[in-house]
Amino acid sequence: MSTADLLGQDPGWIILVKGLLIFVFCVVCTLMAVWGERRIVARMQMRLGPNRVGKFGLLQALADGVKLALKEDLIPAAADKVVFIIAPIISATTCFMAFAVIPFTGTVTLFGHKTAMQLTDLPVSVLYILAIASIGVYGIVLAGWSSGSTYPLLGGLRSSAQVISYEVAMGLSLVAVFIYSGSMSTSEIVAAQHQWWFSVILFPSFVIYVISMVGETNRAPFDLAEAEGELVGGFHTEYSSLKFALFFLAEYVNIVAVSSLATTLFMGGYHALPGLTFTESWLGGWFTLFWFVAKVVSFFFLFVWLRGTLPRLRYDQFMKFGWKVLIPTSLVWILVLATLRVMSQRAVSRPLVIGFSIGVVLLVMLATTLYDRSVDKAKAANVLPDLPAPRFPVPALPGETTTHVIKEIEAEVEMENHNG
Amino acid sequence: MLHNSFHFALTVGRTATPEAVQFWILAPLAVIAALGILVVKKAVHSALLMAWVMVTLAIFYIAEDALFLGIVQIVVYTGAVMMLFLFILMLVGVDSSESFVENLKGQRIPSVLAAIGLGGLMVSLLGRATISAPAVGLKDANSSGNVQGLAKLLFTQYVWAFEVVSALLITAALGAMVLAHSQKIRSPFAQRDLSIARFRKDSMAEAAGLPAPGVYARHNAVDVPALLPDGSPAPTSVSQTLRSRGDIITSSGFALESIEEQED
Repeated sequence: MSTADLLGQDPGWIILVKGLLIFVFCVVCTLMAVWGERRIVARMQMRLGPNRVGKFGLLQALADGVKLALKEDLIPAAADKVVFIIAPIISATTCFMAFAVIPFTGTVTLFGHKTAMQLTDLPVSVLYILAIASIGVYGIVLAGWSSGSTYPLLGGLRSSAQVISYEVAMGLSLVAVFIYSGSMSTSEIVAAQHQWWFSVILFPSFVIYVISMVGETNRAPFDLAEAEGELVGGFHTEYSSLKFALFFLAEYVNIVAVSSLATTLFMGGYHALPGLTFTESWLGGWFTLFWFVAKVVSFFFLFVWLRGTLPRLRYDQFMKFGWKVLIPTSLVWILVLATLRVMSQRAVSRPLVIGFSIGVVLLVMLATTLYDRSVDKAKAANVLPDLPAPRFPVPALPGETTTHVIKEIEAEVEMENHNG
Repeated sequence: MLHNSFHFALTVGRTATPEAVQFWILAPLAVIAALGILVVKKAVHSALLMAWVMVTLAIFYIAEDALFLGIVQIVVYTGAVMMLFLFILMLVGVDSSESFVENLKGQRIPSVLAAIGLGGLMVSLLGRATISAPAVGLKDANSSGNVQGLAKLLFTQYVWAFEVVSALLITAALGAMVLAHSQKIRSPFAQRDLSIARFRKDSMAEAAGLPAPGVYARHNAVDVPALLPDGSPAPTSVSQTLRSRGDIITSSGFALESIEEQED
């Protein structure tokens, strides 16, 4: 019986319980993520990080949340009041909705009822997640606009432009998964990976997805939308108290959501690591939840690691990277992959497939060589003209010997010798 | 919008209960939002209500077993098209109020008549197509899955139309880019070029940038020139715009009279 059929038999109360569990999972994840991020980044910067509230500072995020909730809730006089209130609500609700189609475990028994820890499954689950993400952008844009202030507007436009551009690359990277698994339903995609994870077979897609998921969530090094130094926090500059807390929550739940999607689509979902498949039946199947969470946590660690190590990109570089590198690369990759797929379905002879693959590799090498040459040419054309040297003294360029300085030193040394 | 509610109102009698409940909750909201698009004052609010109408339509599609259509409706219309509208509204016409001046004289009455005519035409056409003509073939169309069925149609029977439409859209996008593109005579001076140019000049005075305006510890407004060591004002410390406008305050008023005076 497929997962979709299994889920179709769920009675109403099981669905409610699952919804509640997913909500709790997201909120707890957020609390742990905030604490974990601060501790890990602190380690990377040779600090300790929050370690006062609770054991190891575990309750720090909770304390921060309470503090945030008790702060004064300000609405700027120039703000569009209704939209100002709706925006954080849109942001916070949409980020939870993506979890409806994420499979957390395989078949398990929940309160004596056989089901899978997945709220629902659609034939177009992954598209549904993209659709929800595109509604989530409204939260950011409206927050920026309704604040009635310049920096939030700029921040909001920046981040929505960013999210929309990287959604294209993200969608294209998912196409390869659809082609390979023959389905857009999350449970079927996970089932299609029981032998080989798609991160191995579809490695280029995986790389593109990971890059675009960081861009999509507005995280470092792509956090130019809320660049503290330039935009004072971006779209949520004017927000305070609980409304700000909602944006904060949305950001972290979004990180968990894209990590879960990456796990589901590329890392085999709730399946165990290769060689450990026997663990999947432990605890009546519930042990698969451990594998799922472990994979999500490792993606989250990647997010923190990136934040701790990489400097922020400039806006034009970032957009150029998205539109001129990621999107064309994924288009070419999809073309190659689709051709290979058709070849394998038509049972084309092996030499032809190998010949095609070698041809593609050669073409890519030729294209990159030509590109490198044109870059070199542009550099050569950009060399400074041979102007007369300026009349005032300038510091020596590295590697350049200025003889008169050496002569002076020699004279000094000689003088010392003479005196000594 | 209207024709859809109409269509659903006609079929609601034969639909299953959850769908009917969903319909009676969402349809009035959709209709109110659709009317709101016309009534509200701010353009951004209209755009938002429009987005809401689109989302409810998508939910209706999904309830009618057209899953793919519903989701794509959200991705394409709500996520992309409406978002572009919002961008433009926010950047260009944030607070522009509507003008009620008739640019084309006497167009009001004919346009109202045309609108009523078009509405009537739509209602009568769709009514004739849907009343007493029950929907057939949904089971067959969705027999191999909604997505698979659509894909088969799009890539076999309608592949030519599909390709032509995509070519048209790409041409339109390229055309818009070509029209909006302006050829630069030379590339703009970047930070690096400006820095090199400063050092290539004969004088080193401006190599580290122009002096900042204001008299140290006395006045720091942008329209007050800095004082040079000899007590004379430095005109280059004030922005070129202010200089050419003549908006410069003399800084001598803020200078110390003399060193002796301070020593008293």
